[in-house]
Amino acid sequence: MSTTRTEPPSPSGADYLAMQASPEFAELRSRLRRFVFPTTAFFLIWYATYVLLGAFAHDFMATRIWGNINVGLLLGLGQFLTTFLITSIYVRFANRELDPRAEAIRNEMHWSQQ
Amino acid sequence: MSVLAAGTQTGNPIVNISIFVAFVIITLVIVIRAGRTNTNATEFFTAGHAFSGPQNGIAIAGDYLSAASFLGIAGAIAVYGYDGFLYSIGFLVAWLVALLLVAELLRNTGKFTMADVLSFRLRQRPVRLAAATSTMTVSLFYLLAQMAGAGGLVALLLDINGRFAQSIVIAVVGVLMIVYVLIGGMKGTTWVQIIKAVLLISGAAFMTVLVLAKFGLNFSEILGKAQEMVHGSTATGVAARDVLAPGARYGDSTTSKINLLSLGLALVLGTAGLPHVLMRFYTVPTAKEARRSVVWAISLIGAFYLFTLALGYGAAAIVGPDRILAAPGGQNSAAPLLAFELGGVILLGIISAVAFATILAVVAGLTITASASFAHDVYASVMKSHDVTEDEQVRVSRITAVALGVAAIALGILANGQNVAFLVALAFAVAASANLPTILYSLYWRRFNTRGALWSMYGGLISCIVLIVFSPAVSGSKSAMLPGVDFHWFPLSNPGIVSIPLAFLLGVVGTLTSRDNGDPVLNAEMEVRSLTGVGAEKATHH
Repeated sequence: MSTTRTEPPSPSGADYLAMQASPEFAELRSRLRRFVFPTTAFFLIWYATYVLLGAFAHDFMATRIWGNINVGLLLGLGQFLTTFLITSIYVRFANRELDPRAEAIRNEMHWSQQ
Repeated sequence: MSVLAAGTQTGNPIVNISIFVAFVIITLVIVIRAGRTNTNATEFFTAGHAFSGPQNGIAIAGDYLSAASFLGIAGAIAVYGYDGFLYSIGFLVAWLVALLLVAELLRNTGKFTMADVLSFRLRQRPVRLAAATSTMTVSLFYLLAQMAGAGGLVALLLDINGRFAQSIVIAVVGVLMIVYVLIGGMKGTTWVQIIKAVLLISGAAFMTVLVLAKFGLNFSEILGKAQEMVHGSTATGVAARDVLAPGARYGDSTTSKINLLSLGLALVLGTAGLPHVLMRFYTVPTAKEARRSVVWAISLIGAFYLFTLALGYGAAAIVGPDRILAAPGGQNSAAPLLAFELGGVILLGIISAVAFATILAVVAGLTITASASFAHDVYASVMKSHDVTEDEQVRVSRITAVALGVAAIALGILANGQNVAFLVALAFAVAASANLPTILYSLYWRRFNTRGALWSMYGGLISCIVLIVFSPAVSGSKSAMLPGVDFHWFPLSNPGIVSIPLAFLLGVVGTLTSRDNGDPVLNAEMEVRSLTGVGAEKATHH
């Protein structure tokens, strides 16, 4: 790879195997998975519910709440809201829980080469 | 105004063309400047990983918001109401898949193309070939849809109605695209997308403010007026529509409802498998910047779809469905007609030029992705067994870009006027079936192996294409590509609801029926690299 910045020396296969088996890597992996898998399940189910209602529950979606604003419009705007909300919650989670752990592992693997 | 009501050309084509030519000149200057630093493969394919997260996020929005999503969605809302809005939501929610599951891990693992990630710990040649096949299929479908749509857009925006003259404009679009990619590489292409995204989103925002101001910031009143205009329509079948609730477009039968579900599934799972979107994540230096890219993209794309909601209903309320349907571009003319009502010739000119620039930016992004995949995956890895320099890969990629551009011009001219709108939905369905399952399995499932990847990718790709060929989108319906014949047996126009679960299943079955457990060292390397960025990011010294 011919990038302009200096490349760190690449760790060996044994380094990767050891790191994969290490408790700090297991911790990083499980924190990531415990966040992203349930969150993905949540937004996919919520989106599927919305599309199913849009396809099969026209009368319910047409129920007026305020003026010409109906349930369908509010649920649709709700999809925007949850998308923005999940995005900002994930970013805060990743900055706080994932980045420091990933950086510690990067540094450790780098130093083990010296 | 009475001339407009007759549905003839609106505005002044000279103004539209002048504003568009100004866009081309400015972007060409920037592309030429950007091209000076295209000294090696990393520069050419990934812009040297030098873009920041926000810059890349804006470029992603520019890449993603095609003419179909601007003119098409605003028009669908104006004419069908709620169902057009429902359609736009899938395009937004899809970004959460990219944010949570794909973007950062992909950035940490790959180098130039999607196949880098998929073939990392599997058998290189067959997996790269499969990934490149699906990359080029998705990119070609998407490219063809854009090029064929250009003809209609030209008729609408520049008042060029002759078939020959339209062909010349399609050729000009193709040649410009080749120039952008050849000279500018990824850096030039990215700048074109950034400029286009800023123009498109700020133009839509400005129009939204004007629409809201016209109705005293009361959105309910816009909805009421839109419904009133639709009820007053003289076009057949339009007046009875309830445009504030779902059902006007996808509500006739159980088949059309299942079609809607199938489309929704393909949209939400397809985005994170689109090769031209994935390749954009290599233009930033780190996984954290890839994350910031997606955050910017989600904010901009979400805001844009909210604007199209106001613009669509605003067009119904202010212009009315009858004039929209009678205009040269039909439904697609809703946003341009609204621009003319709100801001006269100048605003129409700006919006038209932006819509046209949109095609240019999107096709350039698709071309660099497909040509990079051919040079890096097929030529270097499969044909030459990695025995090529990166400079050679860039050279092959440039030749491929020219060949693709010429093919796109020829196919675009042939397909001009054909109903090929289904190609975009098909590209999403192929991305969701052939790409996403293998991406997710290879990132999150250690046992996943080569057979699983090949079965899933080819199974997803082939099932999608076979089902679409025998669907009502190609034959046997009034809106089909070939309306004169009928050889369809698959009832849905969107294959996703069958092909996506099938591809996920084939990945599992293929993996479990093979004894191949992969190389534990490569598995460990991929897992550690994907989650931490070791090898991709510089370690910080303490």
